[in-house]
Amino acid sequence: MSELLNSTEIDLIDTNGFVGVLAADYKQKASKVLDTIQFPTTRTEAWKYTRLGKISNKKFTIQKGTISDISNYKISKEAYTIVLVNGMMDTSLSSKILPDGVICTSIKEAISNDKFNSLLGKNLNLENEIFHSINTQNATDGSFIVIKEKTTLEKSIQLIHILTGERTISNVRNIIISEKSSQAHIVQSFFSENANESFTNGVTEIFVEENAHLSFDKIQFEEDTCFHISTEQVEQAKNSTFTINTITLNGGLVRNNLNIEVKGQNCCTNLNGAYLLKGNQHVDNHTMVDHLAPKCESHELYKGVVNDKSTAVFNGKVFVRKDSQKINAFQSNANVLLSDEATINSKPELEIYADDVKCSHGSTTGQLNEEAVFYLRARGLSEKSARKLIISAFIDEVIKKIDNDEVKVFVFGLLHKRFDWEI
Amino acid sequence: MISIKNLHASIDGKEILKGLNLEVKAGEVHAIMGPNGAGKSTLASVLAGREEYEITAGTVDFDGKDLLDLKIEDRAREGLFLAFQYPIEIPGVSNVNFLRAALNEIKEYKGEDPINAKDFLKLVREKSAIVELDAKLASRSVNEGFSGGEKKRNEIFQMAMLNPKLAILDETDSGLDIDALRIVANGVNKLKTSENATIVITHYQRLLDYIVPDFVHVLYDGKIVKSGTKELALELEERGYDWIKEELAL
Repeated sequence: MSELLNSTEIDLIDTNGFVGVLAADYKQKASKVLDTIQFPTTRTEAWKYTRLGKISNKKFTIQKGTISDISNYKISKEAYTIVLVNGMMDTSLSSKILPDGVICTSIKEAISNDKFNSLLGKNLNLENEIFHSINTQNATDGSFIVIKEKTTLEKSIQLIHILTGERTISNVRNIIISEKSSQAHIVQSFFSENANESFTNGVTEIFVEENAHLSFDKIQFEEDTCFHISTEQVEQAKNSTFTINTITLNGGLVRNNLNIEVKGQNCCTNLNGAYLLKGNQHVDNHTMVDHLAPKCESHELYKGVVNDKSTAVFNGKVFVRKDSQKINAFQSNANVLLSDEATINSKPELEIYADDVKCSHGSTTGQLNEEAVFYLRARGLSEKSARKLIISAFIDEVIKKIDNDEVKVFVFGLLHKRFDWEI
Repeated sequence: MISIKNLHASIDGKEILKGLNLEVKAGEVHAIMGPNGAGKSTLASVLAGREEYEITAGTVDFDGKDLLDLKIEDRAREGLFLAFQYPIEIPGVSNVNFLRAALNEIKEYKGEDPINAKDFLKLVREKSAIVELDAKLASRSVNEGFSGGEKKRNEIFQMAMLNPKLAILDETDSGLDIDALRIVANGVNKLKTSENATIVITHYQRLLDYIVPDFVHVLYDGKIVKSGTKELALELEERGYDWIKEELAL
């Protein structure tokens, strides 16, 4: 049905009186795109394996939401906490006291900030990007975080997003800047509470300046009636390190766009992802690492376990530009299918224009090693325990890459809750 | 302890075991020898419960229980242990963690309490010493990066940890040099009691110098065709299997 949708009018949202908070001329650019853009179909290369019919046939309302208790969503007790409900900052649930060396305001308040204005939308494509444009036109709020120069943040920052209500939409926009020589850890999480067929359409723009180190964990745990399309648009300057771990454990239809432009020399970029699907879920991870400068390295490891009738997509692009010599870029995607109807579409793409580089990519998809299951059962483990042990060993390679212990423990808790894993 | 009567087993329509009979009592060590293709590994696989094999006739009584009726894990929980000929590598699954889980599932099956961390670690130290398995290897992933000898020693380490009633050693000596062989055999001998029993499946007489059997059986064309004492093994070593084939033809 969505394949037949040719209307140039995107009628997806009931703004319900809410006006987008970003600058008028920027919103105007987005509106222009939305005037002529068509809803992507499976003929659109970037959406080839992700059908959007379930989204395009609905209307979502921008609506304030109320959450009373965030104790189940707090990954870290000590972290500086920001809570966004349906894309709007809830100051009553967020931390009041700011750590030293950090600016943290809502987007609404950041409109007057020079740095904010100079960087907003800098690397984010609007042309041909319907969801970026919808977000830009309608963004209700988000967080503006700056880790100031030379600051080493001891405590983490946790950015908790909660979706709630019936067919609501969150157009959350976050801007995060790690200034020169700063060091920080941010965990961005997505949950839903009493939500049905609601939609997170988020954009997070990240700028990692010279010699800065930013470690980022993205945890996705929205209910399986909900939709989630989000983009991290990242820019790295020289001598910086950026690590992002994307852990997707729930959500009906999830699409993650991770775009990283490595613009300076001597950078290190790590992208790790784990996705565990059951039922009728669909998770699509599109990643892009663009090596625009020489002497950098990137490491990408995505692993998925797909069960029942669920489907997963992995599309990892790595570009190495003409003058980007001495690049080490490694990409690996491994998948385990647990049922006959589970599906995975995996497409690694390497485009290398320089000639003195070390690049590799690998993709494997298979079933659980039955010989290993037999071996464990022959020692007394039940079939269920044996399978779980092997699956958790498989995924553990990615979970181990989460540096922060509190996040690791939280993820194990979710795995226990959702898949009945013993920790 | 185990009584196998008239066991017939096939795989992919081909019959491998053609009426095998074997009686093993507690405290005994039985060796099973035979030429390639006779059905030695099939016997081990069928007893352990490999689902690829179809049992077309016969019974296996294991201490009063119908073994063929039990799930793979329940056979292990009732006290059956198979030391694999080709132990598989399972990356990411820690050797000691899975053993602890297995031990606890066995205890749960028997209605016992789970083992606590301290006692478990003590057990690991004790048992890994029996096969001279470095404690470091014990805590790595199952068989990952292990040499052939280390894999076989790991099998005996697991056997020591799980303390089975009946251990089936499937060509445990294959691929081992004399030193490794000695360590493995030593370990098996240390675990012998009057309450448990061992079936040693082997191609070569050499292992039986170290693990001395009470009975030696020749498995030929899916059946036990000759039984004797350890002297029989020596005779096979000297004369091969041809003389048995001739004897049967008469």
